[in-house]
Amino acid sequence: MTPRTFSAIRLTLLALVMTCAMPAFAGDQMVGQAKKAFTVGVLKAKVGDTVTFRNDDEFAHNVFSLSDAQSFDLGSYKKGETRTLKLAAPGTIEVECAIHPEMKMKIEVAK
Amino acid sequence: MSQKFTSQRVSLPLTMLFGILLIGSVVAAESDPWLRPEFAPAPPENQLTPARVHLGQLLFFDPRLSRKSTMSCASCHNPSLGWSDGLPTAVGFDMHTLARATPTIVNTSFSPIQMWDGRKSTLEDQATGPIEAAGEMNLPLPELIERLKSIPGYRSKFDAAYPGMGITAVTVARGLASFERTVLSTESPFDRWRKGDEKAVSASAKNGFELFQDKAKCAVCHMGYNFTDNGFHNIGLKTEGAPDVGRFAQRPLKSMHGAFKTPTLRDISRTAPYMRNGMYKSLMEVVEHYDRGGDDKSNLDLNMVPLSLTASEKADLVAFLESLTGVPPDIRVPALPL
Repeated sequence: MTPRTFSAIRLTLLALVMTCAMPAFAGDQMVGQAKKAFTVGVLKAKVGDTVTFRNDDEFAHNVFSLSDAQSFDLGSYKKGETRTLKLAAPGTIEVECAIHPEMKMKIEVAK
Repeated sequence: MSQKFTSQRVSLPLTMLFGILLIGSVVAAESDPWLRPEFAPAPPENQLTPARVHLGQLLFFDPRLSRKSTMSCASCHNPSLGWSDGLPTAVGFDMHTLARATPTIVNTSFSPIQMWDGRKSTLEDQATGPIEAAGEMNLPLPELIERLKSIPGYRSKFDAAYPGMGITAVTVARGLASFERTVLSTESPFDRWRKGDEKAVSASAKNGFELFQDKAKCAVCHMGYNFTDNGFHNIGLKTEGAPDVGRFAQRPLKSMHGAFKTPTLRDISRTAPYMRNGMYKSLMEVVEHYDRGGDDKSNLDLNMVPLSLTASEKADLVAFLESLTGVPPDIRVPALPL
């Protein structure tokens, strides 16, 4: 193995490690649901991005919004499961858990 | 000298140890998630005062708050019956039977959302709802205010409670909410056990609490000192006739169809019959419902699953539930203003 090849492998591995270590990045963001709360209060995103919600609690959660900007019901799901939302329009989306009304967050969607 | 020095060396760490244990036990009691805070929260604009609680108590027991002056708040939320009515479902205006059970108002001041379907968010929002509801006390608020203004004895009570604000729907609601914030559960055998009295509850009740949190999964919804997640669940009650859509009327989402707010379990021995339609007469019937994983599985909450409890485990759960009831306080029914 030449030094140049070795360097290339190191850079590739470094890039791979960095990619795996990043919790969220533009285009696809993760929001947890833990201890009856969303792990993010206000999320900034763009039209076309996706947001994945992950249930980290021992009991079921739900994700929905009745906002004018975008309304949806991703249904209810158990611990460890995820639901993904594609952001379709600009505006502020107020997101809630239907099961636990105290759980609220906002997604501010830019063009 | 040497012995004295040794004694001091030993006693200081022991003193510190006892001190740490004492402080630790106090902190543990205060931070125990299963023990109720001493006071209910109140909004800044309606902090509790004796005059406000007194006014609210008068209004709560006053049947003139209903169209025919035959029903007070206490007609359904009867302190002699665990602040409920002992009926499967409530009886409203002109003895008309309603669709849902009267929920106890014990500790409802700790809930961030009110009513079986959560259509009211605060006690102040909720307080006047049953007064003007056609099926309940059936008295429009403008008529209520005129009626109260015509009772001289009420003027000084409102002035003392809310100086300069007069007799309005707002002050009526705030007064009632203030009184409701004083309707709290009393110390139960379970509370005494949590505070360190090992003899306060039976071994069966202690095992029941373990089951409650683990195998029986009750604490998934009945969590914390008020034994509720303030959430909404369809628990699969088998009903006849037109279905009660519950929370769905407020939040038109599939999971909310037939879902109702998780009630407190505090003082539960005094609030039979149970469930939002009063279909179970005993706590054992309730436990058996959950053991079956519900009956109507058409839109069942995901947390509802068959539990495979033994007869002994069911008895332990009932023993634990019974340990959540304290000694009821003496409630004075007030003489009403004339």
